[in-house]
Amino acid sequence: MNLDQAFFLYFAAMIVVFSIVTITRKNPVYAVMALLVVFFHVAGLYVLLNAEFIAALQVVVYAGAILVLYLFVLMLLSVPREALGAAAHRRWPVYALVGGATTFEIALLLARSKFAPRPGPYPPDVVREMGSTQAIGTVLFTEFLYPFEVISLVLLVAMIGAIVLTKKWTPAQGGEEGR
Amino acid sequence: MTDLIQPIFQTAAWVVIYAFVPSFIVMNAVLIAGAFLTYVERKVIGHIQQRPGPNRVGPLGLLQPLADGIKLLTKEDIIPAQADRFVFVIAPFLSLVPVIMAYAVIPWGEPTTLMGVLPWLRVFDGWGYIPAAWNPFPLVPEKATLVISNLNIGVLYILGMSGLSAYGIILAGWGSNSKYALLGGLRSAAQVISYEIAMGLAIVGTLMLAGSLSLVDIVRAQESSFWYVLAQPLGFLIFFISGIAETNRAPFDLPEAESEIVAGFHTEYSGMRFAFFFMAEYGAMVIISAMASILYLGGWLPLQLPIPSALPAIGSTLAVTDGAVRAVNGALMAVPPIVWMLSKIGFFLFVYIWLRATFPRLRYDQLMHLGWKVMLPLGLANIFVTGLVILVKG
Repeated sequence: MNLDQAFFLYFAAMIVVFSIVTITRKNPVYAVMALLVVFFHVAGLYVLLNAEFIAALQVVVYAGAILVLYLFVLMLLSVPREALGAAAHRRWPVYALVGGATTFEIALLLARSKFAPRPGPYPPDVVREMGSTQAIGTVLFTEFLYPFEVISLVLLVAMIGAIVLTKKWTPAQGGEEGR
Repeated sequence: MTDLIQPIFQTAAWVVIYAFVPSFIVMNAVLIAGAFLTYVERKVIGHIQQRPGPNRVGPLGLLQPLADGIKLLTKEDIIPAQADRFVFVIAPFLSLVPVIMAYAVIPWGEPTTLMGVLPWLRVFDGWGYIPAAWNPFPLVPEKATLVISNLNIGVLYILGMSGLSAYGIILAGWGSNSKYALLGGLRSAAQVISYEIAMGLAIVGTLMLAGSLSLVDIVRAQESSFWYVLAQPLGFLIFFISGIAETNRAPFDLPEAESEIVAGFHTEYSGMRFAFFFMAEYGAMVIISAMASILYLGGWLPLQLPIPSALPAIGSTLAVTDGAVRAVNGALMAVPPIVWMLSKIGFFLFVYIWLRATFPRLRYDQLMHLGWKVMLPLGLANIFVTGLVILVKG
């Protein structure tokens, strides 16, 4: 066992433990805090894989923005704990089915994949030399340009959708934006 | 067994020499500087408002931060009965820790021998008392850059940490179980998320010019060209204004607007827990000032005036001679780099305090309007124009 493996074991163990903590908390704010720990350790795994850029994005986007929004919503909702717990227990077969199907699918994928994938144009030593940011940028804007643009379009649709859904249409005000 | 212990031992030695010692120095310097920043703030605002400011404790009131510290440490630590104890207790730490962590990537100066200490440590190599594999000092370089860790994603790291500092504030607001604290926490969450976007967009312009996410490389890039404030005046403005909003400082201090919601998210906090929020705020101010210095004012690089005869149009009309300018430049060069860095940070901190003494607080809708409808489009336009210029100039 070398140091990398020791770190991997630590990150993996923490991810498993705090994932369980996340889904077993009745108080959603505690669940979000446990999820924050999980995101941090996932970022740690990315660092072990020489993907510092992805690790930073993991923290900036998931921990820094998305999870903050979750917290924001939870604080405004303030659902009584008992009500939440009861609802979750009543629908447990649905959750078990969805979770089981997903687990089965992942297991199937793992069983069929070869654990030593074909090396791409950017093996670890190349990435270490040029930096993961540049490697990702090069691939993203050449090989994967089309999917990248499609995702941008999807996000744009989501943005417009959010604006349309939340905008209050009041013809009486004649398009007055209220300051 | 050795193949596990030896790397752990060398890692431990490495951690102590290269991570713990510099981190310890920077952390303490920052916290002490933060304490004195409260003194400077009160003194500066005092003079702006035609009064002397703190002047009772020590000469010129210089020991005031010490007195404040003793007072805060000895105050009663109150946890409201209805509060969520766990969240209430860890929120101040969650607010301070990311701010302190952000200092890991701030470069403070040129590579130096640390006044001869580093070559001295290399002496251990030659002694032979310690087997080479177990020598704790085998990796000591000739010169070290004054940065704890030169991450190649330094800018993103700082953005990540500044996003995380919102947790402390939001959880403090929620955990207090008080309506004023909750409102403060909500305001802070909305504000930090809104202005983080404008801030990120403003930084992109600089990153395009420098071609790197490492703060050291960004300073190096300015060494070979010019300070980026000249090329990115709009980006600089957006960055600094969003920085003020990110740190919840006046005129963007809605999360703690005392005239509306008492003290906002830290209404229920007292003693040292309250002081943690205070330290986090001042620490974040120094981070934003350091970032502004590094990204736009050349970090530790000395100010250099242009030589008159090298200026194309107006060079001949100026009354100063080349020799005089060269002499001034030489004098500016002689100032140590770390002094330049600290003076630039000090300048931005002064602007922070100056703004607080000058401007009234924004209304909430004005804040959102400025963030989403002014700064965000301007930030995008800045990226577009920068990209166009880089494309045209090749």
